[in-house]
Amino acid sequence: MAGKTLTRMDLSEAVFREVGLSRNESAQLVEQVLGAISSSLAAGETVKISSFGTFSVRDKAQRVGRNPKTGEEVPILPRRVLSFRPSHLMKERVADGNRK
Amino acid sequence: MIRSELVQKIADANPHLFQRDVERIVSTIFDQIIEAMARGDRVELRGFGAFSVKKRDGRIGRNPRTGESVRVEEKHVPFFKTGKALRDQLNGG
Repeated sequence: MAGKTLTRMDLSEAVFREVGLSRNESAQLVEQVLGAISSSLAAGETVKISSFGTFSVRDKAQRVGRNPKTGEEVPILPRRVLSFRPSHLMKERVADGNRK
Repeated sequence: MIRSELVQKIADANPHLFQRDVERIVSTIFDQIIEAMARGDRVELRGFGAFSVKKRDGRIGRNPRTGESVRVEEKHVPFFKTGKALRDQLNGG
């Protein structure tokens, strides 16, 4: 597998090329998009991006965990976790692109 | 929040941009992530999360209706791992 890693920089570079804003503003817009998704999720909303996927927040109940090293029982407090469900389009593109 | 609401939010915060440019910006971001994964690359957005590709080995599956064995080919699936900052933010951090 290729094994390259893209970062915010690559995304803002793409925005810069595509839309022709300054590099600085492109970077800010990438940040704004990630920030808007994050705050919507933090408010407990589901974020549904058509043809990309759905981010949803799930509540996890408290349960008893165990420290694997010491065997000690520790309570895992109730918390909220994020789950991402890729769209059909994303699944298809990823499956097709990585097929040998 | 759906895609169009996200676009609207970004457009409201940037009144100097045309709506259609905001749409292109948002699409570009999501398309780039999908294209990267289609190449087998990873996309790491510190604080937000990381998109990566996981390989699922081929296996012998069963048609649950007929009980017939079917070969399921190896395939690659998208995977998202939440970043630490976002995880903390979800839990009031």
